[in-house]
Amino acid sequence: MREGLFSKKNIGLLTSPIGSNNPITIQVLGICSALAVTAQLKPAFVMALSVTVVVAFGNVIISLLRNTIPNRIRIIVQLVVIAALVIIVDQFLKAFVYDVSKQLSVFVGLIITNCILMGRLEAFALANKPWPSFLDGIGNGAGYGLILIIIAFFRELLGSGTVWGFRIIPESWYIANGGFYSNNGMMILPPMALITVGVIIWVQRSRNPKLQEK
Amino acid sequence: MDTNGNKYTFIYASAMVILVAAILAITALKLKPAQQKNIDIEKKQNILASVGIASTFADAESIYAERILQSYIVNFSGEQIEGQAFDIDLKSERAKPEADRRLPVYECKTEEGTKYILPVYGAGLWGPIWGYVAVNDDMNTLYGAVFAHAAETPGLGAEINTRTFQEPFSGKKIFDETGNLVSIIVAKAGENAPVEHKVDGISGGTITGKGLQAMLLTDFTSYKAFFNKKKQ
Repeated sequence: MREGLFSKKNIGLLTSPIGSNNPITIQVLGICSALAVTAQLKPAFVMALSVTVVVAFGNVIISLLRNTIPNRIRIIVQLVVIAALVIIVDQFLKAFVYDVSKQLSVFVGLIITNCILMGRLEAFALANKPWPSFLDGIGNGAGYGLILIIIAFFRELLGSGTVWGFRIIPESWYIANGGFYSNNGMMILPPMALITVGVIIWVQRSRNPKLQEK
Repeated sequence: MDTNGNKYTFIYASAMVILVAAILAITALKLKPAQQKNIDIEKKQNILASVGIASTFADAESIYAERILQSYIVNFSGEQIEGQAFDIDLKSERAKPEADRRLPVYECKTEEGTKYILPVYGAGLWGPIWGYVAVNDDMNTLYGAVFAHAAETPGLGAEINTRTFQEPFSGKKIFDETGNLVSIIVAKAGENAPVEHKVDGISGGTITGKGLQAMLLTDFTSYKAFFNKKKQ
């Protein structure tokens, strides 16, 4: 029997990485970039989008090739596919969102080493058809991106008083302007990103006891 | 089909590499013009920043067109020569003998008169450093400066691209009272240097600072004839 495009199983592929099988909070993959690019919302969003594009298309390509890839060099093939996609994404960012590409600097190139990508290609795409692989890629990219955006939202709001570059905390609140408020400079630094990830993991596990280790 | 044989593996790997190389080469070529445009806009932003004009990515080109009255190239003897100042690659100019270098000059209109913006290029600790220095029309006093770097240590040498480091450059002198070229000295605390030529260095960034000092001395020396000509 042919499976529908959006069968229950396929929808599960898309949604489970966003929630109960999140690559960052459950599998603890891709932490490095989650700390590095989340001081502001805009670069975090672009990073999330880039990773989603790379992992989705990487999954599809590997899935299409899965019966032809020689087993002994499969990791190399996966790496070449990822590296090529990342370079293409990097070139596009440089051409169309140059300022963001400068902020992300080396971290776009480092998408290649993001464990989520190799993990999905090796664990999923090599054994599944292109369409489920595509959904799995989108799901994992979105799961990664969601966490990045949550972290970046709080870091930008509390660290700089802005969201997506728009001022949220009024200028007149600041001590420099005679107010009572001051930005928390710690939020800009990577350690607070780690602590924010920790808080998200805490919230998620206390709401879903199934995720708690015995 | 046996996908694990040696022959198959070799052919597969070769074909894949050639295909991927071709795709990447085509992408890079197609996107080159758009990327170059972005790099040019950034350069214009930096040129404007050296005279303290803030610009965003969107309005840099129009502000540049309005404020930069003209740009031209001079040679080592200070004579104007043919060519587009904006297109000069400082790295390749620096590889030439001093007398053959082409030296770009940008003239900027400000409320305080015409400023001459000179690009500078030199070596830091880990890689190249560069920047733009704006000189008043007395051809002696610095009006402003911006610096950038490729690979200096974050928190130490990399601080040369901060306002804290760059602001003290304005008002400093290139020549002393007798007309000798002293340039700018990036000094450690307690280092003895005339105050009108001295800026504070960065703790932990001494080698970058000294590289910057050497860069300014070399480039001001190249422009010396141009300065003298303009002074007359």
